[in-house]
Amino acid sequence: MTRSSEWAVEAHGLVKTFGDNRAVDGVDLTVRAGAVYGVLGPNGAGKTTTISMLATLLKPDAGEAFIFGHDIRKEQQVVRQLIGVTAQFASVDETLSANENLMIFSRLLGLSGSEAKRKTAELLEEFGLTEAAKRPLKKFSGGMRRRLDLAASLIAQPPLIFLDEPTTGLDPRTRAQMWDTIRRLVATGSTVLLTTQYLDEADQLADRIAVIDRGRVVAEGTADELKASVGESSLQLRLADPADLEDARRAIRTVLGVDAVASPEGSRITAPMRSADTVTDLFVTLREAGIHLSEMSVQKPTLDEVFLTLTGHGVDDDTADRASADEGEKVAA
Amino acid sequence: MTAIATITPPAERDLKNHVRLSQTLANTVTMAHRGLLKIKRTPEQLMDVTLQPIIFTVMFALLFGGAISGNVQSYLPVLIPGILVQTVITTSVVTGVQLREDMDKGVFDRFKSLPIARIAPLSGALLADTLRYAIATTITFIVGILMGYRPAAGVGPVILAGLLVIVCSWAISWIFAFFGVIARTAGSVQGISFLVLFPLTFFSNAFVPVKTMPDWLQSFVNVNPVSHLVTAVRDLADTATFGADGWIALAGAAAIVAVFAPLTVRAYMRKA
Repeated sequence: MTRSSEWAVEAHGLVKTFGDNRAVDGVDLTVRAGAVYGVLGPNGAGKTTTISMLATLLKPDAGEAFIFGHDIRKEQQVVRQLIGVTAQFASVDETLSANENLMIFSRLLGLSGSEAKRKTAELLEEFGLTEAAKRPLKKFSGGMRRRLDLAASLIAQPPLIFLDEPTTGLDPRTRAQMWDTIRRLVATGSTVLLTTQYLDEADQLADRIAVIDRGRVVAEGTADELKASVGESSLQLRLADPADLEDARRAIRTVLGVDAVASPEGSRITAPMRSADTVTDLFVTLREAGIHLSEMSVQKPTLDEVFLTLTGHGVDDDTADRASADEGEKVAA
Repeated sequence: MTAIATITPPAERDLKNHVRLSQTLANTVTMAHRGLLKIKRTPEQLMDVTLQPIIFTVMFALLFGGAISGNVQSYLPVLIPGILVQTVITTSVVTGVQLREDMDKGVFDRFKSLPIARIAPLSGALLADTLRYAIATTITFIVGILMGYRPAAGVGPVILAGLLVIVCSWAISWIFAFFGVIARTAGSVQGISFLVLFPLTFFSNAFVPVKTMPDWLQSFVNVNPVSHLVTAVRDLADTATFGADGWIALAGAAAIVAVFAPLTVRAYMRKA
């Protein structure tokens, strides 16, 4: 069964449960062939689990998915011939050298001895690992390991590459190098599906972005569309008197025409700011209403804001979530 | 950008959803090569297969030689085949333990995502470990010969006996590979494995004449495949004959592989 190959990835209602935890809870994704697609979300949102299912490492509990039209459940071996996976934690052999790693993966992928040697040399050169090729990986830096991992994913020149948090934990310089490599990869016609915790990274690399939270896709679109949904920048106000919260939010709705989000402790307000010009009017309105500010700042959108706006909760861990839910009730009361 | 050439679109690729036997064998050999490279990188792994045969052979010969055969010298033809089988089978436990440790590493995720035979990471690791069995076998014979063991049949049959033990241990290592795949930690693999191993190797004819045991135990010892293997090795080393015991040992080995190889691969796939 071959479906339209316009889509590199087509997933509908993917579900994966670990015990009581629905790690992935009905994820839909469609990635056009040749695009860079970013899956953005905090730790534990279900990004890695989703990728693992698409890469045939995990069997979905429900839902269906196709890679270039091939069913991930029925045609696993075909799917594996079309993908390269670079996992969050480098999937290379620690006890062996970079050279030995690439040789073994090349041989496993069916390259002859001389082809494998040539491919290995090329990839080592391309990823700047030639000098370190014979050293054991234990002495490799995090960036070198990631590069080797990516090199290993490219041996068979797969048309679809999964990159699971390719730059998490890398220093800024190595991160920029990684971005550069990913861009060149796309120029060759590969489709890239990458996950990231950083809006900035998705913004830099991805054509389209899916925001994922608690196992669900909560928003999907281009970087511009997503940012537009939270405003180009956001205005942050701290109230001198938290009791003025509702009045302040009403003023923002009237003047800026947007809904402001209150922080859990109730004294800080975040509002999307589409035009800096209208903010002047807001300040005038607030003064006339006798609402005093203790602090104001303007922030570029962060993942936090995208989250706050899209889900009504932050990207904090579970404890903070529970705390904010409690706080929310107090505010409502 | 030379290494990352323009990619071939999926529609123009020759895609197959099954793995041919020739590819399975090629993948297994590559994985075995990986296993050998790992041994080369960490030669301290070979400590057990080098020291254990020396210690056990000397210890058992000196302890039981007088009591069982009157003196150490006449005990050696009984003991060496027995201790050989016991040592090499014990060595195969390590295969399961190391497989468990290996599977916890990230590289196994990559193996799972590659279009290779599912069995290859397992069969390759097991194949590489036959090197360990070969070392243990050689050292046991050398220690025996140094202590005065002179197998009557000569070099050829002794090598054949060694190969028989290696093949059977490879088969048995599938049992421990299975434990390795299903267990949560490497330590527990060792625990379960020795629980199986001790009764199997000691309740056999490896060290002590069967007729000295209680009747009920004799009936177990006589059907124990380890006994058949020990007898087959003695026959080869003493009289250069390969009889029913050898065939029974090989049939047992085949049965173990037939049962445990599919079980292990299934468990491995489910863990995936």
